[in-house]
Amino acid sequence: MEKKLSLINQPIRKKDAMALVCGKPVYLDDIAPKDCLIVKLLHSPHAHALIEEIDTGAAEKVPGIEAIYTYKDVPQKRFTMAGQTYPEPSPYDRLILDRRMRFVGDVVAIVAGENEKAVDRALKLIKVRYQVLEPVLDFRRAKDADVLVHPEESWRALCEVGADNRRNLCASGVDEDGNLQTVMEDCEIVLEHTFHTKANQQAMMETFRTYASIDTYGRLHVVSSTQIVFHVRRILAHALDIPKSKIRVSKPRIGGGFGAKQTCVTEVFPAFVTWKTKKPAKLIFTRQESQTAGSPRHEMEMRVKVGAMRDGTIRAVDFYTLSNTGAYGEHGPTTVGLSGHKSIPLYNANLEAFRFQYDVVYTNVQAAGAYRGYGATQGIFALESMVNELADRLGIDPAVIREKNMIREGQVAASYYNEQMNACALDRCVARAKEMFGWDEKPLRQDMGNGKVRAKGMAMAMQGSGISGMDVGSATIKLNDDGFYVLSIGAADMGTGCDTTLAQIAAECMECDLDNVIVYGADSDSSPYDSGSYASSTIYVTGKAVEKACRELREHMSVIAAGILDCPPQELIFAADGVATADGGKKVSLGELAERSMNGNTETVQVTVTHSSPVSPPPFMAGMAEVEVDMETGAVELLDYVAVVDCGTPINSNLVRVQTEGGLAQGIGMALYEDIHYDAKGRIAEDSLMQYKIPTRLDTGRLRVEFEGSYEKTGPFGAKSIGEVVINTPAPAIAHAVYNATGVWHRELPITPEKVLMGILRREKEE
Amino acid sequence: MQIELWINEKKVRAAIEPDTLLIDFLREQGCSSVKRGCETSNCGLCTVFMDEKPVLSCSVLAARADGHHIVTLEGLKEEAEGFGAYIADQGAEQCGFCNPGFMMNAIAMFRENPDPTDDEIREYLSGNLCRCSGYEGQMRGIKAYLAFCRQKGGQA
Repeated sequence: MEKKLSLINQPIRKKDAMALVCGKPVYLDDIAPKDCLIVKLLHSPHAHALIEEIDTGAAEKVPGIEAIYTYKDVPQKRFTMAGQTYPEPSPYDRLILDRRMRFVGDVVAIVAGENEKAVDRALKLIKVRYQVLEPVLDFRRAKDADVLVHPEESWRALCEVGADNRRNLCASGVDEDGNLQTVMEDCEIVLEHTFHTKANQQAMMETFRTYASIDTYGRLHVVSSTQIVFHVRRILAHALDIPKSKIRVSKPRIGGGFGAKQTCVTEVFPAFVTWKTKKPAKLIFTRQESQTAGSPRHEMEMRVKVGAMRDGTIRAVDFYTLSNTGAYGEHGPTTVGLSGHKSIPLYNANLEAFRFQYDVVYTNVQAAGAYRGYGATQGIFALESMVNELADRLGIDPAVIREKNMIREGQVAASYYNEQMNACALDRCVARAKEMFGWDEKPLRQDMGNGKVRAKGMAMAMQGSGISGMDVGSATIKLNDDGFYVLSIGAADMGTGCDTTLAQIAAECMECDLDNVIVYGADSDSSPYDSGSYASSTIYVTGKAVEKACRELREHMSVIAAGILDCPPQELIFAADGVATADGGKKVSLGELAERSMNGNTETVQVTVTHSSPVSPPPFMAGMAEVEVDMETGAVELLDYVAVVDCGTPINSNLVRVQTEGGLAQGIGMALYEDIHYDAKGRIAEDSLMQYKIPTRLDTGRLRVEFEGSYEKTGPFGAKSIGEVVINTPAPAIAHAVYNATGVWHRELPITPEKVLMGILRREKEE
Repeated sequence: MQIELWINEKKVRAAIEPDTLLIDFLREQGCSSVKRGCETSNCGLCTVFMDEKPVLSCSVLAARADGHHIVTLEGLKEEAEGFGAYIADQGAEQCGFCNPGFMMNAIAMFRENPDPTDDEIREYLSGNLCRCSGYEGQMRGIKAYLAFCRQKGGQA
């Protein structure tokens, strides 16, 4: 395999591309049986309430209604909907239906019927009497508040995450290294500020959806738009209190996930209906439900203190994150960790001490979940903004202060689990971004003379590649007639293209055409175990499993070939079209070999390999933004965005580019447009795409993306991850540019025209 | 109520409810390419042609299609494959869920304005949301397709 790579880092078309561009029926609602019961949910109008009485009598009489379920009908064992490796760090705080309502949108009842009209009518006829309780709406006052979100005895945390339901704590903890106080006191400049990010929505175009049916063997077959088929199986077994062997979970094409579908948002409801009625059932969330009862980003407030010398040497970072997990704790204990662990290491070079403390609190708002970046996005906004301000205070170029302090190849980061950076091209990313952007030539601020001001800003970012020592990826590769291969995976292609990129790895290893590799997945019955597609793990972890499986299959194939050619297997050479003796004298074609494998053969021609990595090598990037601010209206226009990414070896040069551009667009949305407001009763105002403004193609400016290669020796062909790191730079880079334009730091996202204008007016008043 | 219309050049007679939306009717009729991304006419995923003009099928009653010609992506196989290949060559289709609406509106644009500027492209397609691609790959695909059409000497 030492020969020149032919399929790696190539702009290869996705295997499913033509089906998708031609609108083929490949998504959940296209393939769900036509006779599915329609399942809908009655949602709570109150942020905190107890159901005193619930009367479904009139609703049940609606013709076509099959079943209505309330809290009285469901198993009483608590579980979590978070798609994580067991035992999950997220507390077991859910029931399918509960008597206590914990946010506006919490589920009161499940209605299943023959058609949508009947179900809609029945939903209106359910009479509920609530005992309305005082909600915990301010996450800054949630810890140790008098009102408890989860007072129930049956609440439990499986892992030591510093959770305590009697204190509204979903998690808490501290990580530190060095003598923070001493170093901080010795610093010549110490800056401290508080930053706030909102509960942004993934807003994938396909909302949450699931259907369920009973198979030939009486088992529950759940088909879901999910990133995590195996975790869904376990979660459903817990929720329904039935054996895991009774459940099969598979996925069709997925219309986007971005982490949203790493939580079992819809699965339990139609699964429960089907298990009870033995009839197929489907639940398609509306956009409003996705916006109000989904699994958005954790709202965070971060207090960052940075200690430095006048020459810009950054010596100490003190970081405190308060994270709002909302009504339930999905991904609460884990997302918060990334806010510190994936921001502080960026400034590893001269760091003598750090402290990272956190609290994750329960409140009576929509439960948060996993969204691309997973806490790192929030933390990097805070720390990068802080470093930009430090550079400004010290009169040092923001690129220069980074060059002085950034993490570099070979360094060990105490703030990143003492991992060594095998592959780190962050320095080259910054250097290339400067060239592309013309950083040194452009002024920080330029008055355009027409009421508008142009300015530049920058940021760096990192993420991980899988969860070290935990994420498991597996691949099964099988030789078939004619010498084509079937690659089975449990990772989930959600539009990211992993069916194709993993096939590229297989084809490269087997030295065959990409069309010779068929990809199948993900199905909990037939796929090899995989934690699922999240935490930027698929290429790095599952991709390595593919590589190892192929290597093993080649050995088995050589044994068969040796039998045919009558020579020792170690003397054979594996080539694209078959296996030959070293001198090239004798050769068996792949087709012949495959044929022999099905005739009197005892050698294995299907190999499964499971892989896990003790490290999580970070991808890195640099981002630079040019904005134009209208000083009269506060409107911010993004003119140009330059991003240079180090994802190790890109496997597919098209897909890493589009991943980057897509991540940037989401980051731009988070920076400028995507807002969340709650009214006095805890209802979300932005419950549609009319109010929740994700960027259109008029809003994203020009995105210019390049890659700086590095070689991560623990990844397949040197690859690290790409999916998440790309969302992390826009918010701090744009906030920096807006400061340079207006003289005002915006420490809360999004940076809307109102905030920009009010900031300008406030500053003018002060002057 | 009864309606009679043409779906992808095929005459269809069907019984509908007065409040049936065109999107739901079309999906029932097997046009699964028509997707719903919102309920507020914001996403553009449900775009179809009504008498050759792009409309949001989530915001049109099926009853209003009575007597009209409706075309969905299923009825534009050749154009979809021709233009779609350029999107595929960028990897810009990503999850693919927004593609049918995007393809419909792009095809409408090519017919209306075979030589659009970048700004005209952004303007024309601004109602087609995509959460995956960041739009740049779609732009590259459109421009490569237009260049191909120009080279061919014909129109888009």
